[in-house]
Amino acid sequence: MTAAPVLALHGVSKRFGAVQALTDVDLEIRPGRVTALVGDNGAGKSTLIKTIAGVHPIDAGSISWKGREVRISKPHDAQELGIATVYQDLALCDNLDVVANLFLGRELRTAHILDQVAMEREARELLETLSIRIPSVRIPVASLSGGQRQVVAIARALVGSPEVVILDEPTAALGVEQTAQVLDLVERLRDRGLGVVLISHNVADVRAVADDVAVLRLGRNNGVFPAAETSGEEIIAAITGATDNAVTRRSLRRDHQGSEAEPEPEPEQNTDAEGAGEEA
Amino acid sequence: MSDKLAPDPRLLVRERGLAGYLEDFRRRITGGELGSIPVIIGMIIIAVVFESQTGTFLSPRNISNISVYIAGPGIMAVGIVLVLLLGEIDLSVGSMAGLSAAVWAVLSVSHGVNDLLAIVLAILAGAAVGTLHGFFFAKIGVPAFVVTLAGFLGWSGLQIWVMGDEGTINIPRDSLVRDFNNFYFSDISAAYGLAAVLSLGYLGALLFQERRRERATLPTRPLSEIILRAGLVAVAAFVTAYTLNQHRGLPLALVIFLAILLAADFMIRRTTYGRQIFAVGGNAEAARRAGINVERVRLTVFTLASALAALGGLFYAAQAGGASKSLGSGNLLMNVIAAAVIGGTSLFGGRGWIWSALLGTLVIQSITTGLNLMGMASEIQYMITGAVLLVAVVLDSISRRTQRTAGRT
Repeated sequence: MTAAPVLALHGVSKRFGAVQALTDVDLEIRPGRVTALVGDNGAGKSTLIKTIAGVHPIDAGSISWKGREVRISKPHDAQELGIATVYQDLALCDNLDVVANLFLGRELRTAHILDQVAMEREARELLETLSIRIPSVRIPVASLSGGQRQVVAIARALVGSPEVVILDEPTAALGVEQTAQVLDLVERLRDRGLGVVLISHNVADVRAVADDVAVLRLGRNNGVFPAAETSGEEIIAAITGATDNAVTRRSLRRDHQGSEAEPEPEPEQNTDAEGAGEEA
Repeated sequence: MSDKLAPDPRLLVRERGLAGYLEDFRRRITGGELGSIPVIIGMIIIAVVFESQTGTFLSPRNISNISVYIAGPGIMAVGIVLVLLLGEIDLSVGSMAGLSAAVWAVLSVSHGVNDLLAIVLAILAGAAVGTLHGFFFAKIGVPAFVVTLAGFLGWSGLQIWVMGDEGTINIPRDSLVRDFNNFYFSDISAAYGLAAVLSLGYLGALLFQERRRERATLPTRPLSEIILRAGLVAVAAFVTAYTLNQHRGLPLALVIFLAILLAADFMIRRTTYGRQIFAVGGNAEAARRAGINVERVRLTVFTLASALAALGGLFYAAQAGGASKSLGSGNLLMNVIAAAVIGGTSLFGGRGWIWSALLGTLVIQSITTGLNLMGMASEIQYMITGAVLLVAVVLDSISRRTQRTAGRT
């Protein structure tokens, strides 16, 4: 159905002292697809993306990049491969303007002298291709709204031309309109052929933009669902563990698909899961 | 998806021309971006008050003296501006100045080391001291406040030890340090020439930048604004040059001070290193994640600050007539920090500009000189300088708060 995964994790485990944060986790990121990573608090989402971003090296398992096995032991390794991470706290310098933030740590320069003109021009081009609207590229980031800051942070991740972008809760603190802007941007990233990992608590957001939904529960895989064919209730059921066997259900449904054309609503829809769905 | 960006309807666009400029200016003020407005208003008040009280405050002789006196504290304030941009403080610059003067004097006068070499060694001693501060702060993680407070005590102790049996060492006649206070380019073409170079250089830099922006199809400033800016600089430069020529000409001290200001300004605004200083001062964690070596930036800024303090100390010694056991132990430290803050560099890091060293030192020195002309006792001077510093910090805090409510932290 799609291209080979650009980034694939197999059997990844990570342990912090007495806590087994990740156990035998698999994840595949494909170019031009948005993979949502969902799970309850403490499910291991952040740990998982930090292993990809090189903040926490993995204890066991393997990471392959374009089919070749790689080691990611520090953030620099991930950046070298072409993995960009936008953390939840954005890591922008409020006192610097948009251009300076976009190019922070990667300034265009001749010798050690900054090439302000080239940076401003490239910043404008980048923001324009992403249809990002901000008042001016020369105002401090502090004067931007939350949504604008978020899109600037995402745009900044693109300055190094990455192939995989990891977004940690990009819509967590945003209003309706701003969330819509960020989700639009996520789709534009996908349309540019990037592999996008979207971490979110919001099932509606996930269903709106994701192609695949990977669920983590208590540090283990709890199923990968095609977003288009999965209801919010099913995702939440897998997140909360209302059905312990989401993976089995999925293979069950796949069997259904083989015999009947329409997968249709699950006949054994769990009442607990629906209750959880309303909560969300 | 349209290719062209439609302007955001909420966005306030500055109209072109003078009206738009004034409107933008008004918006900045109400938004809390005071910049150098308070200090310029302060300067005018100071000039009017002291001139009306003494009648000699604005005389060429007094202005010329002030232009020499500001060099020492001003050079030290440049270092403080760098440290403040990091959001840190260096409390040791006063004792560093005294130590540097002691090192130079003992080497050059007592041990007969070549004068220039002794000057270089004194500055290197400053750099070494600063590196030590930076090491404890950046690598070990001791708060800069505490490290430099220890330095404040420790280096004045070392200063007294270096001076040894000598209470004071006077500056020999042929020393370059004496020229820091006494040498004037008396030919009137020197001052006018420098004023012309500065004004034309500024105009040229502005025009060159706008041409590059135009070629890159970026928005440009209107020509009227460029001419206004360059014109203001030219007027200030030529009025100063004219006044200096009425007395003894262009002081060497002022030339060196201006050169350091220009170099430092270029460094923080135009180089990667300068950008890194602002980034670390704004959000150290973000800077670290962007791959900036935060420890190195912090360490080198403290090195620079102490080296500049050492150089400034030599100028300060030149005005005092020599090195002594107590040089730099008075209100020098407070004056220097006050100057940086009064000039518009924030105590809270990440906001400021190099020229605040010039503006702030001018304010402090004008007050000191004015009160001296009026025959005020030094206790009154301390209190007034203290009050001015408090006003500056209050303005900084209020401006910061207003900016936060106006969304421009």
